[in-house]
Amino acid sequence: MIYLAIVFLPLAGALIAGFFGRLIGPRPAEIVTTGFLIVAAVLSWVVFVRVGFGHETARVPVMRWITSGDLDVSWVLRIDTLTAVMLVVVTTVSSLVHLYSIGYMHEDEHRQRFFSYLSLFTFAMLMLVTSDNLLQMFFGWEGVGLASYLLIGFWYKKPEANAAAIKAFVVNRVGDFGFALGIFGLFFVFKTINLDPLFTAAPSAVGKTFNFVGYEVDILTTLALLLFMGAMGKSAQFLLHTWLPDAMEGPTPVSALIHAATMVTAGVFMVARLSPIFELAPTALQFVTFIGALTAFFAATVGLVQNDIKRVIAYSTCSQLGYMFVACGIGAYTAGIFHLFTHAFFKALLFLGAGSVIHAMHHEQDMRNMGGLAPKIRITYAMMLIGTLALTGVGIPHVAGFAGFHSKDAIIEAAYAAHTPNNYAFWTLVAAALMTSFYSWRLIFMTFHGKSRAEPEVIKHAHESPPVMLIPLGVLAVGAVLAGIVFSRYFIGHDYQAFWGKSIFEGPNNHILHDMHNVPGWVGWAPFAAMATGFVIAYVYYIAAPWLPAATARAFRPLYLFLLNKWYFDELYNWLFVKPAFWLGRFLWKKGDGAVIDATIDGTAAGVGWMTGKAMRLQTGYVYHYAFAMMLGVAALVTYFMFQGGGVQ
Amino acid sequence: MNLATSPILSIVTFLPLVGVLFIAFLPKEAAGNARYVALWTTIVTFVISLLIWMNFDPSTASFQFVEERAWLGPIKYKMGVDGISMLFVILTTFLMPLTILASWESIEDRVKEYMIAFLVLETMMIGVFCALDLVLFYLFFEAGLIPMFLIIGIWGGKRRVYASFKFFLYTLLGSVLMLLAMMAMYWHAGTTDITTLLTTKFPRDMQFWLWLAFFASFAVKMPMWPVHTWLPDAHVEAPTAGSVILAAILLKMGGYGFLRFSVPMFPLATFDLAPLVFALSVIAIIYTSLVALAQEDVKKLIAYSSVAHMGYVTMGIFTVTTQGVDGAIFQMLSHGIVSAALFLCVGIVYDRMHTREIAAYGGLVNRMPIYAFVFMVFTMANVGLPGTSGFVGEFLTLLGAFKVNTLVAAIATLGVILSAAYALWLYRNMIFGELEKPSLKGIKDMTPREIAIMAPLVVLTLFFGFYPAPVLDVTAMSVKKLVSNYEAAVRPAAAELAR
Repeated sequence: MIYLAIVFLPLAGALIAGFFGRLIGPRPAEIVTTGFLIVAAVLSWVVFVRVGFGHETARVPVMRWITSGDLDVSWVLRIDTLTAVMLVVVTTVSSLVHLYSIGYMHEDEHRQRFFSYLSLFTFAMLMLVTSDNLLQMFFGWEGVGLASYLLIGFWYKKPEANAAAIKAFVVNRVGDFGFALGIFGLFFVFKTINLDPLFTAAPSAVGKTFNFVGYEVDILTTLALLLFMGAMGKSAQFLLHTWLPDAMEGPTPVSALIHAATMVTAGVFMVARLSPIFELAPTALQFVTFIGALTAFFAATVGLVQNDIKRVIAYSTCSQLGYMFVACGIGAYTAGIFHLFTHAFFKALLFLGAGSVIHAMHHEQDMRNMGGLAPKIRITYAMMLIGTLALTGVGIPHVAGFAGFHSKDAIIEAAYAAHTPNNYAFWTLVAAALMTSFYSWRLIFMTFHGKSRAEPEVIKHAHESPPVMLIPLGVLAVGAVLAGIVFSRYFIGHDYQAFWGKSIFEGPNNHILHDMHNVPGWVGWAPFAAMATGFVIAYVYYIAAPWLPAATARAFRPLYLFLLNKWYFDELYNWLFVKPAFWLGRFLWKKGDGAVIDATIDGTAAGVGWMTGKAMRLQTGYVYHYAFAMMLGVAALVTYFMFQGGGVQ
Repeated sequence: MNLATSPILSIVTFLPLVGVLFIAFLPKEAAGNARYVALWTTIVTFVISLLIWMNFDPSTASFQFVEERAWLGPIKYKMGVDGISMLFVILTTFLMPLTILASWESIEDRVKEYMIAFLVLETMMIGVFCALDLVLFYLFFEAGLIPMFLIIGIWGGKRRVYASFKFFLYTLLGSVLMLLAMMAMYWHAGTTDITTLLTTKFPRDMQFWLWLAFFASFAVKMPMWPVHTWLPDAHVEAPTAGSVILAAILLKMGGYGFLRFSVPMFPLATFDLAPLVFALSVIAIIYTSLVALAQEDVKKLIAYSSVAHMGYVTMGIFTVTTQGVDGAIFQMLSHGIVSAALFLCVGIVYDRMHTREIAAYGGLVNRMPIYAFVFMVFTMANVGLPGTSGFVGEFLTLLGAFKVNTLVAAIATLGVILSAAYALWLYRNMIFGELEKPSLKGIKDMTPREIAIMAPLVVLTLFFGFYPAPVLDVTAMSVKKLVSNYEAAVRPAAAELAR
């Protein structure tokens, strides 16, 4: 019952706000959706304690879904530790974002619709994390995609918002293409897509091959890679990342909830959830590690030079998701989920903090037009500072620190212990940590320190946000400080096996969680050094010598432009896919359908001089005669049959 | 009354003709009442047809409610439904009242004739799905063309003559071949009884030719690439209700024909020629989806999207796997609801603005929020979002295809990316954005009548998305029989191929 309540309360809220929003007015719609979400969040923590520490798992059937031959898929809620962690993350951040939005969206005339979408998103996300089969996961997967599409395009009058919404949906569909093929393949091989039977059957396919699109390939590696393609789309990994920065066109609470804390982490969740399959596909895991490391590095480089406050955080999210995938790829799934967990708090905090800044600055998002805001919005400043300390992983190595310190440094240490070729995963992540520190502090300095670069009129009216927005920030800040310290021993420390139970599978040769605690001492200091260096460089560039950024950009202009234009991915894809698709569509329509097929048909008809003559008569209104002729024809055919029939018998 | 022995199928089939009689005797000055007669006739027909569903026994694959009477010599009047055909009857009777309502205000010219054409069309369509005799089937199949031909030719748009001729020319070509095939079947088996023919084993080389002849007819109806070009023209010129019936029911006759004739009667030819169908299906999915991207006319875009969706159907049928066929049937029913709804959506704005040009719209959500919601539901169903009926069919056909040919499945799955692109592109250009065009400033949201038409479609689209069991349960036994018979028939051929 409690599980059903957690999942379906948000749906109820969404339906009430969506269908009766106009009837009941904006305030009741806000109260209903937010209230339901807070209840769901409280219940989720109850479940978290019960499942994580009481080891109480559950499988709650809801309804039949698709039955066809040997395919039998139902709507089922699956509750284990992994789900419980996700429930807590999703409902907590979602309820806080709901609350925050009451303040942030208070001037918007379509608030009911906004809250309805937020709750709808939460429902879809909960369906995703509670899924007991791959199809329900796919439902949640595309459902959150729909909600994301609707929320990115919430301000439907803005052309950029519409474009970004479509881009998000279509790029995600590219990933889903792989996900869907992965599901088909699993069903083809194992005759089921329900998780437990699948996990039981998976080992039987080790080392076996099947024919896929004409090539004889390893079953588990191929299927794991296809599934991971879905994860790459949803979690904005390298090659399929282009939609995430554009998604910032949506209202900021949306960015915090969907594009930082929850939806984009679905890919990480998927890999962890399917760990019994991924563990059997080492080649696929190597690819996961590689893509994760590459994304962590790539996104961080782009984050260095962005000027839009939200885009900096967006690239940071992209980069941090890379960390999580590295963790999964080297077998440290629990470390990946731990980082997902802590990241949800501090990244949502940063986004909502950025929202508070934007709110104060009357919808200004360009950091070049900010500066010196600290005294104006002290609480927001303090909150952003906490978020930054957590993100950059501030702490005393081998002792304790902010949330990100515990989870991110754990991943870096695990990356070292995993011994990837040339230790590339380790070094890339350390480099990314340095850049993370730099761009995070750059954001703080450009926004809050130095002289104000804003219009005097704007700065005069800059004001602190109302309590309804600050309280969620405060709660998240508590999480950003404590989530690491409190939960580290359960998620990745020596209690981790009891905590996770059977929800995460580690192969018999996977000792990474053990090895990561036995790395050389300097490895623990490496991210600390990177973090400190990043801070110092940022301080020099933006506080001590503010002329340096422009000078550096001039000196390394090609590199600067390369980063500023996000490695030119949008241009490349536009040239490679978007333009050709439209061109091809036009070509096939005009030439294929028009010049070839239709011309043949029309030509044949005109050739016998038949069509033209008849058409003339039709135009003069003889259509009934024509119908009559047709009737006669049918009658003649029947007659023919009768006589023929009679003849035979 | 014992339904199993009562002629309920004949009643449902010919009831619309009773309405025709009433309308024919309406005095000239009361011509408007034809609307009411047609509406009530179709509603009563629908209600009675529900009795068929309620009394249908899903635990058997054999034909039910069978009626058999002597008719024309060897040709019998034989009707009956199984799990495959029954739901198409319901789909037809369900959509008819909605199409009558959709024509309520937009048709002012020759109302009597219009309603008569629709009622006759209904009889023919139901007949197609119930007929258990080749000639009877052929009669319904071909005669159904006449009212449709008239609906496009008389109440259609500017290029209606060209469109109706193209429509006719294409379908005639296929029909002639099918007729020849039917004659040949009769020569061989000595009967036109479909139930007997289903158990007749035709020689392999004969199957090949018969299959091709039927294929010519059904492929045009579906329509499959490259004989699809009549469809966009026919849709564009047809009045809204005509488009609805065309997309929702008439196209399904092709798919139904494959399931009733091609696959079970000519299994060896199906086995040999399935790769051809797969090729044409995936070309249809990719090609027409790309073409849809380039469209400037709303109806054409939806028409091309229909062709792409029918590609999944033909692909699913010819996998002859349980999931593939289940999916194909479900996809046809779902498309019957969703494409009908999309054309009705176009009709709603067409009635207000009298243009189908996408560029003439934009920002409709500002003045038409209900419309925007309804359109969104069907856009998502068209895109195949899980939770809508559109997903179930697409998923199952692809699942079936993967079993048979991974390459086909992979290419067809690419279609889900393209469908998202064109459907969302259309939605953005019509619904989102600022409402800038002066002509749209006064546009009104959906009327209660329009809401009444769309509401059941919205409900069904979502209901079947979350709970498709009512459909899948009904078709299960018939599909099982179809698939197992096929597998038994082709086993020697498959073994030979494997060697």
